[in-house]
Amino acid sequence: MTQSHRIAGGQIDRSTTLRFSFDGQSFAAHPGDTLASALLANGVRLMGRSFKYHRPRGPLSAGSEEPNALVELRTGARREPNTRATVVEVFDGLQASSQNRWPSLRFDAMAINDRLNSFFTAGFYYKTFMWPASFWEKVYEPIIRRAAGLGSLSREEDPDEYDKGFLHCDLLIIGAGPAGLMAALTAGRAGVRVILADEDFRMGGRLNAETHAVGDQTAASWAAAAVAELASLPNVRLMPRTTVLGPMDHGIYSAVERVSDHLPEPLPGKPRQTLWRIYSARAILAGGATERPIAFENNDRPGIMLAGAMRAYANRWGAKAGDRIAVFTNNDDGLRTAVDMASKGVDVVAVIDSREGGDLLPGIRHLRGAVVTDTAGRLGLTGITLRQANGRAETLQVDALAVSGGWNPNVNITSHHRSKPRWDEGLLAFVPGEGGPSGLSVAGAAAGVMSTQGALHTGQAQALAVLESLGRLTKPADLPQAEDAPVRISPLWHVAGGKGRAWIDQQNDVTVKDVVLAHQENFTSVEHLKRYTTLGMATDQGKTGNVLGIAVMAGLTGQTIPETGTTIYRPPYTPVAMGALAGRSRGPEFKPVRLTPSHLWAKEQGAVFVEVGNWLRTQWLPKPGETTWRQSVDREVLATRRSVGICDVTTLGKIDIQGTDAGAFLDRVYANTFSTLPVGKCRYGLMLREDGMVMDDGTTARLGPHEYVMTTTTANAVPVFRHLEYVRQCLFPDMDVQLISTTEAWAQYSVAGPNARKLLEKLVDQDISDAAFPYMAAGHITVCGGLRARLFRISFSGELAYEIAVPTRYGDALIRRLMQEGAAFDAVVYGTEALGVMRVEKGHVAGNELNGQSTALNMGLGKMVSRKKDSIGMVLSQRDGMTEPDGYRLVGVKPVDPARAISAGSHFLEIGAAPVAANDGGWLTSVVYSPHLNSQIALGYLKAGDQKIGRRMRAVNLLTKVDTEVEIVSPHFLDPMGERLRG
Amino acid sequence: MMAEMGLVAARERATLPGTMRQRMHHMRYSGFRVIAEALRGHKGWTPAWRDPVPQAAYDYVIVGGGGHGLATAHYLAKEFGQARIAVLEKGYLGGGNVGRNTTIIRSNYLLDGNQPFYEFSLKLWEGLEQDFNYNAMVSQRGIINLIHTDGQRDAYTRRGNAMMMHGADAELLNRDQVRAMYPFLNFDNARFPIKGALMQRRGGTVRHDAVAWGYARGADSRGVDLIQNCEVTGMRIENGRILGVETSRGFIGAKKVGVAVAGSSSRVMAHAGMRLPIESHVLQAFVSEGLKPVIDGVMTFGAGHFYVSQSDKGGLVFGGDIDGYNSYAQRGNLPVIEDVAEGGMALMPMIGRARLLRAWGGIMDMSMDGSPIIDKTHIDGLYFNGGWCYGGFKATPASGWCFAHLLARDVPHPTATAYRFDRFLKGRMIDEKGQGAQPNLH
Amino acid sequence: MIINHPILGPRDAQEFVYLGDASLMNRPDTMTAGIEAFHDWLYTRDNPAGLHRELWYHEQGDRSWLVVTRNTLTHEITQVELARDVALALRRSK
Repeated sequence: MTQSHRIAGGQIDRSTTLRFSFDGQSFAAHPGDTLASALLANGVRLMGRSFKYHRPRGPLSAGSEEPNALVELRTGARREPNTRATVVEVFDGLQASSQNRWPSLRFDAMAINDRLNSFFTAGFYYKTFMWPASFWEKVYEPIIRRAAGLGSLSREEDPDEYDKGFLHCDLLIIGAGPAGLMAALTAGRAGVRVILADEDFRMGGRLNAETHAVGDQTAASWAAAAVAELASLPNVRLMPRTTVLGPMDHGIYSAVERVSDHLPEPLPGKPRQTLWRIYSARAILAGGATERPIAFENNDRPGIMLAGAMRAYANRWGAKAGDRIAVFTNNDDGLRTAVDMASKGVDVVAVIDSREGGDLLPGIRHLRGAVVTDTAGRLGLTGITLRQANGRAETLQVDALAVSGGWNPNVNITSHHRSKPRWDEGLLAFVPGEGGPSGLSVAGAAAGVMSTQGALHTGQAQALAVLESLGRLTKPADLPQAEDAPVRISPLWHVAGGKGRAWIDQQNDVTVKDVVLAHQENFTSVEHLKRYTTLGMATDQGKTGNVLGIAVMAGLTGQTIPETGTTIYRPPYTPVAMGALAGRSRGPEFKPVRLTPSHLWAKEQGAVFVEVGNWLRTQWLPKPGETTWRQSVDREVLATRRSVGICDVTTLGKIDIQGTDAGAFLDRVYANTFSTLPVGKCRYGLMLREDGMVMDDGTTARLGPHEYVMTTTTANAVPVFRHLEYVRQCLFPDMDVQLISTTEAWAQYSVAGPNARKLLEKLVDQDISDAAFPYMAAGHITVCGGLRARLFRISFSGELAYEIAVPTRYGDALIRRLMQEGAAFDAVVYGTEALGVMRVEKGHVAGNELNGQSTALNMGLGKMVSRKKDSIGMVLSQRDGMTEPDGYRLVGVKPVDPARAISAGSHFLEIGAAPVAANDGGWLTSVVYSPHLNSQIALGYLKAGDQKIGRRMRAVNLLTKVDTEVEIVSPHFLDPMGERLRG
Repeated sequence: MMAEMGLVAARERATLPGTMRQRMHHMRYSGFRVIAEALRGHKGWTPAWRDPVPQAAYDYVIVGGGGHGLATAHYLAKEFGQARIAVLEKGYLGGGNVGRNTTIIRSNYLLDGNQPFYEFSLKLWEGLEQDFNYNAMVSQRGIINLIHTDGQRDAYTRRGNAMMMHGADAELLNRDQVRAMYPFLNFDNARFPIKGALMQRRGGTVRHDAVAWGYARGADSRGVDLIQNCEVTGMRIENGRILGVETSRGFIGAKKVGVAVAGSSSRVMAHAGMRLPIESHVLQAFVSEGLKPVIDGVMTFGAGHFYVSQSDKGGLVFGGDIDGYNSYAQRGNLPVIEDVAEGGMALMPMIGRARLLRAWGGIMDMSMDGSPIIDKTHIDGLYFNGGWCYGGFKATPASGWCFAHLLARDVPHPTATAYRFDRFLKGRMIDEKGQGAQPNLH
Repeated sequence: MIINHPILGPRDAQEFVYLGDASLMNRPDTMTAGIEAFHDWLYTRDNPAGLHRELWYHEQGDRSWLVVTRNTLTHEITQVELARDVALALRRSK
C-alpha cells in the first residue's frame, strides 16, 4: 500500500524505507516513524477495539497517554501485548497485530456488547448474576473471564535479558522539552552532573511537534542544537527512550531505559531494557502537559484525535490524519492545529470553537459559540454534526476531527508521594500542589507554564535555583525569543443535550452516562467514581480522561472541581515490563548459589544435591547399582554407624566471640550457662528469643579464656549473628566482647563413627586419644603437618564423632585426604538425608522442630533454661500458656506394624477418635526410615507427650488418607545412654 | 455452625420491639431489574446509601467505615437485631484496606486460634451475595501454596491436616498435578524446583470494593447511619466508661464504641490512652495491564515473596512482602517492588513482557504474633478490632460478625475466643509463622 | 531510602535490616522485673505517625546497629546515631 497520507516535512528519514506489517498486511515507513504515524501515513485509522464495548478505535494521542491504539507487538515468545502504537518506533520487519477482537479488527463479534450497551452500565455486574447462587462461578463468571483482558501473553519464557543499573547525579531532569533542555543547558554548562531523561526516542518534546520559532531557528532545530551541545558536555548524560517511573524516598528515582525495543531484537550481549535506580541530589520535573478531549456523542471514532496529536503527526511525522478535517476546541491552542493543517494543504472544513465572541481565524471557517454534537462513521469518521451559536444544526463531511479540551500539566510524579494537585482556575487544570517529593521542583508546562518562552524561562530559573542550592550559582544565559501566547480557555467538559454516549475514559468505555449513574447512586466521591465506573483504571491510568470525569461529576453535584477533588496518581508513570523490574534474578539466577567446600569433589562423585536456603548440599551420594534414594541413604547410615562417615557441615553458622566478657555475654544469649565452661571444652547451647521461644541451638566451644566459637543452625546463621550484634551493641554495650562471623572462613566436616578417631589420627598432628581429647573437647590443632585447624569432639549422629575445621581454601583438599585415608575404613560421605536419619534416631531437634513456635519445655529441654542468671527469653518463657503440664512435648514415634507408613505432618489421634480438631493431639514433625530399626521412626510434638510414652495412638494423614497405629516412645531411639559417643 | 448462629440471632431479633427497627426501603437488585432499568434509561436506580446527618447519640458507634466496620454494622443490625447504630468514616466508605488489597479469600490456617475463625469467614463469603443482595463476585477458583522443599511439604501436610480437622478443605498436590494445572510455571529451569502444593479449592478472590459497598448498602438499608467525612478526634471517657466520641462533626454520644480502623489503630486508640501490641507497616500491591486469562486461581510462591491471581478484568493482581519498616506514608520503595518482580519472574518466566500498571501502598497494622485482636478494652463500652496484619480482607465477614457478637453480647464469638489483648501477657500467642514479637516478620 | 551512616556516610537502606522501635533498647532487668514489665516492653508500641526512633542494622556493611530518627508519615530521616553510643548513654543515665 502506498503512503497515501504522507505529506511533506517532518523529522523522518525519507531516504530509507522500512517495511512493517499490521494484521498481516505490509506497509512502508521511514526511520523516525512510530507505528501509529506510519499507519496514519498509510491511511489506516482503525487500530484497536475498546475494552468493554469493542468499539472501533484509532489513535487519540501521539504519545504515552494513548488509550486506544494498543497492539500486540512482535510474535512468538517476544509477543508484547497492550503496546501503544503511538510510542513504538518502526523498524524493518516489525510485526504488529490488533487485539481484543474476534475474528478480525474490522469485524469483531464482541461488538455486540456495543449494541447491548444500555445493559452494561457502570456497576451493572454488582446488581445481577446472583441467581441462582451457583451460577456465578459456573456460568456467568467464566463468560466474563473469557471476555476479559486486552492483549495476550505468549505463555512462553521471555527470551530477552534485562539489566539493572545505578546512577548518581547532582540534578536529574525529567523530560527534554523546552523546559528540560533549558534546565539541562543551564546546569550542564555550570559543570554539575546532570542526567536528562525523556521517554521519547527524539528529545525536544513539543518543540518537535510545533511550527514556532525559537530564536532564529525552528523549534525542532533549536532542540536538536541544544541536544548536540548537551551531548558534547562530559558531565551530562542524555537518556532518551528512558521513562522515569517515579520518585522513591530521598531523591532516588526509578527509570526504565528501552535499550533495544527499537530493534528487531537486542544486539548480542545487550539487554532489552535496563532498570535504573538514579540517586539525585535534586530533580526537576519538566514533563510537559497532556491534552484532554471534550465529551460529546460518539467522540471515540477512528479519525477523532486530540488537536495537539493531529498537528504532531503532521509536523513531526509528515502524516495527515485526514483529507478533510474539522477542529473542535475550547481554547486557543486548538486553533494552532487548524492553522498548521491548513498550511500543510489539508482541507480544514471548519473550526468549531465553543467560546463565544473573539477574533476569527483568517481564511478558515471559524465558528464561535459552536459545539460538535455527534459524529458518524462505523469504522472511521465520515462526518460530524455541530450546533452553531444560533442553535442551528449542521452536518459536515470530514474524515478527521481534532479535539482540544485544554491541557493538563503532567503533575503525576509530583503526586506520587501523595501530595494533592492544586486546581488553577485560569488554566482549568490541576497544577502541582504543595508537599511534593522533597528535592523536586517543576518547570514548564508541568508547572502550568504553558508557553514555550515560559518553559525556557522556568527551566532556566529552576536550574539556577538548583545550582544555588548546590553552591554553584552561575549567571543566567540570555534566553532565545520564543512563542509566549497566554492560555485562553473557557470551560467546556461535556456537550450536553444528546441521548447517546459521550466517552470520558475511552479504553474502559466510561461515558458521561456512567458518571451520571454513579452520581444518582451516591458514588460521588472521586474514589467512588473511579472504583464504581472504572474511570482512570485502564492502561493509560486516566491521563486523558480523569479530569474530564471529575469535571462532569462536579457539574452534577454542584461542587467545584477542587471540592470534588482528584485521585492520587500512582507510580509507575507508564506501565513497565515485569522483566525489567526483575532484571537478572530469574531462572537459575533467581538467588545466588552457595557451594560447600566439598561441592566439587561431591559433584565428581555424582552426588545428588539439595537446596538448603541458598546453599546446595549433598543430599546423598549414590553408588553404582543403587537405584533408589533409600538404598543410598540406608547404606550411608549403616556405614557410618559401622565404621566412619563424613559429612560437610560447613553450612552451619560459625561465630567467633572474643573479649574479657565473652563468657558473660554467652550467659546472656544462651538459656544455659557458658561462663563456667572450661577452656578446651564444648557445650550444647539453647538460645531463646526474648518471647521465650527457642530461637536456635548449637554447640559452642571455649578455645581460650576469652575466646569462644559458637555454631548455629544453617538456617539461622545470619539471624543469630544479627541478634548477637543487637544484644552486644544495644542491650549490653558495656561488655568487652567482639564478634565475627566465620561461616565462610572455615570448611568444616563431621567425621562420625566408631573409626572416626582412627581416621582423624592419620591427619591430625596432635594426640587425640580419648584421654587427651575426651568427649566434648575442643581446641586448636594442626593437620597434615602444620595446617592450622580446629577440632571439636561433638556428635549429632550419636556416634564417636568430631567436627574438624580447616581454612576454607583447604576444604577441597581435606575431603579428598579424608576419603583417601578413609579408604582403609570403608569411609563414606553421607548427605543431609542420612544426617537426618541419624539425628532422629538420636532424638535431636532440627529445623522441623525448631519452628519458632516451640519452647525448651516442648522440646524436652526445659531444665536447660537457667533461672539463676539474666538471659534473653528467660522471664517470658515462664508465662502460663507456655508452661502448661499438658502442653506439647517432644516424643518418639514408631508404627506398631513396621510395614505401615507414616509421614511428617500427620496428626496424633487416640485410637477410635474422630479426626476433628477437638481430638487433635499434635503432629509428627520429622519422619525417617531407620535401617537399624528396620522401621520408619519419627519425632513429634504430642500434647502431654511425656506422660504418654508407651501408649498406642494413631498417626493420621487426612490428605493422603493414611491412618497408622503408632507407639509413643522416647525420642532416643538408639543408644539412649550415649555410650557410642563416648567411645 | 453458621446455621445455628443464624437461628440464635433470628430468635433474638424476634424479641425486639418493632419500633426499634427503622428500615430503609432499598430496591432489590436482580438481573430483571438491570434489564428493566436499561429499558427505561436507568432512571429508577436509587442511591446505594443515604448521607445522613449524625444524630446526637447512638447505642453503637462503629469507628471506621472500611470493610470490617461496615460488616460489623451490617451484622449488628441484621443478625443481632440491634438498632441506633452509626458508622463514622473519616474519608469515604470502603476507603481503607478493603479498597486496596489483593482480594484473596482462603481459610488455610494452621493454628487452633485462627482456623475456625477463618473457616467461619469463608463460609460467610460463600453465602454473602445472597445475604446482602450485591454481587461481590465471590469466586472460589482455588488457592495453591507451592512447595519447594521437603520441610515445606512437612509443614503444609501438618497445616492441611489441621484445616481438615477443623472442617475446611485441603489437598496436597504433587508436582505433576501442579504442572497439569499451571503448565507455564518454571518447572524445568528453576533455582528452587516446584515439588508440589497445598491446595484449598474453596479459596479464591472477591471483588474488594463490592464487599464494602454491599455491606454499606446492607447496613444502610437496616437504618444504620453511615457518616462519611467524619473523623474521630477524641474519646470522652469518664470513670472508666466511654460516653462517646469527639469528631470533626461534633460530639457523638454512644453507649458502646467499636473501633475497627486498620491502619489507624494506634492513633485512634491513643485517644483512650492505650498503647497497642501493633506496629503499622506499608505493604505494596500491584496490578498489571489487562491480559487475556492465563491464571485461573490464586497461587503463592514458596521460595520467594510473590503471590498472584488474575482479576475478572484481566489484570494480574500480585504482591509480596511488606517493606519492613514502620510507615504511615501509604507508599513503598523500589527494593520491594524489584523483589516481588523477581519472585514473579522466577515462578512465571512468561510474564517478562507483561507490564506492571500500578503500584500502591496500604498501611498494615502488624500485630506481635501476626494474628488479630477482637476484644473489649479495660474501658467500659470501648471495644477494639484490629491487628489484621495483611490478612484482613479475607476476614471481613467473620470479623464483622464476631465483633458484632462481642458488641451485642459482651462475650466473644466461639470462633474468636483467642483474639484477646491479654494473650501476650499469658503466653498464648497465635504465631502462624513462628517469628515471635517482631511484627515485620509476620 | 538513604541512611546517612555516622561512620560510613550515605548508604542505601537496602543494605540494612530493620528491627523496630528503639525503645527495645530499654530492656528491663531480668533479676528485678517480672513478666508484666517484660510484656509491656516487648509487646507494646507507641507506633507514632510522625517522628520514630528505630533500630536498623547494617547487615551488608559494617554490622553497626543504628538508631535512626525517621518520620513515618514522610520517611524523612533527621538523625542517625550509633546504637551503641545511645545504649551507653542510656546506661549512664540509669
